[in-house]
Amino acid sequence: MLYRENGQFKTSYAADQQIFPIAQDRWAIVGLLLFAFVGIPLLVDEYLLRAILIPFLILSLAALGVNILVGFCGQITLGAGAFMAVGAYAAYNFHIRIEGLPLLLSFLLGGLTAAAVGIFFGIPSLRVRGLYLAVATLAAQFFTDWVFLRVPWFTDNASSGSVSVSNLQVLGWQIATPVDKYLFCLGWLVVFALLAKNMTRSAIGRQWMAIRDMDVAAEVIGIRPLFAKLSAFAVSSFFVGTAGTLWGFIHLSSWEPAAFSVDRSFQLLFMVIIGGLGSIMGSFFGAAFIVILPIALNQFLPAFGGLFGVTISTAGVSHAELIVFGALIIFFLIKEPHGIARLWSTAKEKLRLWPFPH
Amino acid sequence: MGFFLETLIGGLMAGMLYSLVALGFVLIFKASGVFNFAQGAMVLFAALAMARFAVWIPDWLGIGNPALANTLAFLAAGALMFVVAWLIERLVLRHLVNQEGATLLMATLGIAYVLEGVGTSLFGSDIYKIDVGMPKEPVMILEGSFEGGLLINKEDFVAALIAAVLVGLLALFFQKTATGRALRAVADDHQAAQSIGIPLNRIWVIVWCVAGVVALVAGVIWGSKLGVQFSLATVALRGLPVVILGGLTSIPGAIIGGLIIGVGEKLSEVYLGPMIGGGIEIWFAYQLALVFLLFRPQGLFGEKIIDRV
Repeated sequence: MLYRENGQFKTSYAADQQIFPIAQDRWAIVGLLLFAFVGIPLLVDEYLLRAILIPFLILSLAALGVNILVGFCGQITLGAGAFMAVGAYAAYNFHIRIEGLPLLLSFLLGGLTAAAVGIFFGIPSLRVRGLYLAVATLAAQFFTDWVFLRVPWFTDNASSGSVSVSNLQVLGWQIATPVDKYLFCLGWLVVFALLAKNMTRSAIGRQWMAIRDMDVAAEVIGIRPLFAKLSAFAVSSFFVGTAGTLWGFIHLSSWEPAAFSVDRSFQLLFMVIIGGLGSIMGSFFGAAFIVILPIALNQFLPAFGGLFGVTISTAGVSHAELIVFGALIIFFLIKEPHGIARLWSTAKEKLRLWPFPH
Repeated sequence: MGFFLETLIGGLMAGMLYSLVALGFVLIFKASGVFNFAQGAMVLFAALAMARFAVWIPDWLGIGNPALANTLAFLAAGALMFVVAWLIERLVLRHLVNQEGATLLMATLGIAYVLEGVGTSLFGSDIYKIDVGMPKEPVMILEGSFEGGLLINKEDFVAALIAAVLVGLLALFFQKTATGRALRAVADDHQAAQSIGIPLNRIWVIVWCVAGVVALVAGVIWGSKLGVQFSLATVALRGLPVVILGGLTSIPGAIIGGLIIGVGEKLSEVYLGPMIGGGIEIWFAYQLALVFLLFRPQGLFGEKIIDRV
């Protein structure tokens, strides 16, 4: 059966408004999810899970959050790492200070705390915009860096400054092996990706997009900028914050503030811009690109050097990695400023006409 | 009182150094609308080049005189920054005309990665010293008016002086020369400037060159203070609050902003720091800038933002 919607008639509003209007898309996504939930745990070894798949899942969640704010609401942020840190440390404090609090609940509370902090640091967005706002959000970044480094209460007076969690249990399910961790992150991500998708195509998402496209015009047609901007900050920070808790609790299990430094913020912004601003799909593409690229370069460059009889030293590899990474980013921005998501939709358009494009 | 004045003067001088970094941002933003995150990497790159050339050039040419060697190294590093500017315009900016601010911002981050990688693989990643003969010993002034006088770091004073001279030269360049007028025209409106025959591409090369030279001066001064090392690239993050406080498009703004941030940082560190724990200067600068922004969203001297639908 060719990939096109001919002959697929919609007989109800629900059918008309579903996320994937084409039957082939629905089957593909079901297949993908089945593969992700069943196939990958059976096939893939631990290294791949730990080094690539779990970071990919968690960072895609964070990229989703950043995309809501930057891509859908048009407020550039360079402080995403800060909200990851707030989520992680808040969840940590709920986890150790309240006896018997279910882990899921402390994760959600961590996210909610991040949302509250996000609203606070989102207040300047009501006055300033664009690049001024981008720099203003750095204030959040440096402030949280400092707080979690210098205020011992947040790290439970740990002498080394790093905190650690162990023995994670969700509803009686012990999350210990990489497969458990992978499945937990995947389940979490699926739920929240669905939530994000539905939010962006409902009233609130349309408000965000109106603000993004022209905030004065949006205000004139009756959208409250205060509500729209701050809700975008809250939702985005919630997503990023829960991604931070997952990063800390599930991926690292012992972390310090450096795990959420300003480099992380830049990395997340890279993901959404390379993946595609204002596209849920793009967040995943961007996360995959940014997570896999350094690892691939690390593996590939020495072999590539060997091909020409050049041995590249370890330091040389790390320098070359920087150069290639930067160059590829520039290349992508020049070739496709709208991100990988645009390439994807062009490919789909082509596929619809294939094999008779005229 | 003497201690307060000492802190104040220390802050003003540190502020001049921040202004130097901020100036690089403002120059490029004014002329091309690009928020150049690579400024920090350019400072690092220029400082690395200067530090290495100062060692290499005497070796190659057999020059014993350190002043001559330093001058030659400075010129060589300047020439290198010119090449960098030309390459950036040729390979990156030319292809990104008319893109959104965020895309350009990301592109400059890409440039920053490339510059850091190229710089460290060309010049090595050790810590280098730049010795341009800046006086190191502190001096006492005004011993008559205060008890104990004021202790002033001569090196900071020289650095502040150099920064002030550079700013004066740039102001002259922008106001009095034909190229400067062309730069201001491009900053005002790309299309209008092009229509009266100003070559946009050449202007961009010039502006990135000027920013490169500013980065070189900043790199030399910061490098001789702190040593040339990878962390020099992060001085850009110290310059950012200065830029938004002063306004992205204003050269005097970068100076005044730098002074305000420098003084604010030092005073807060000395008087507020002991109360809430040390190391507050970096976020304090950002919070200070943020408070200013709440009252003047375009920065102190930025062009007024007019909203039209």
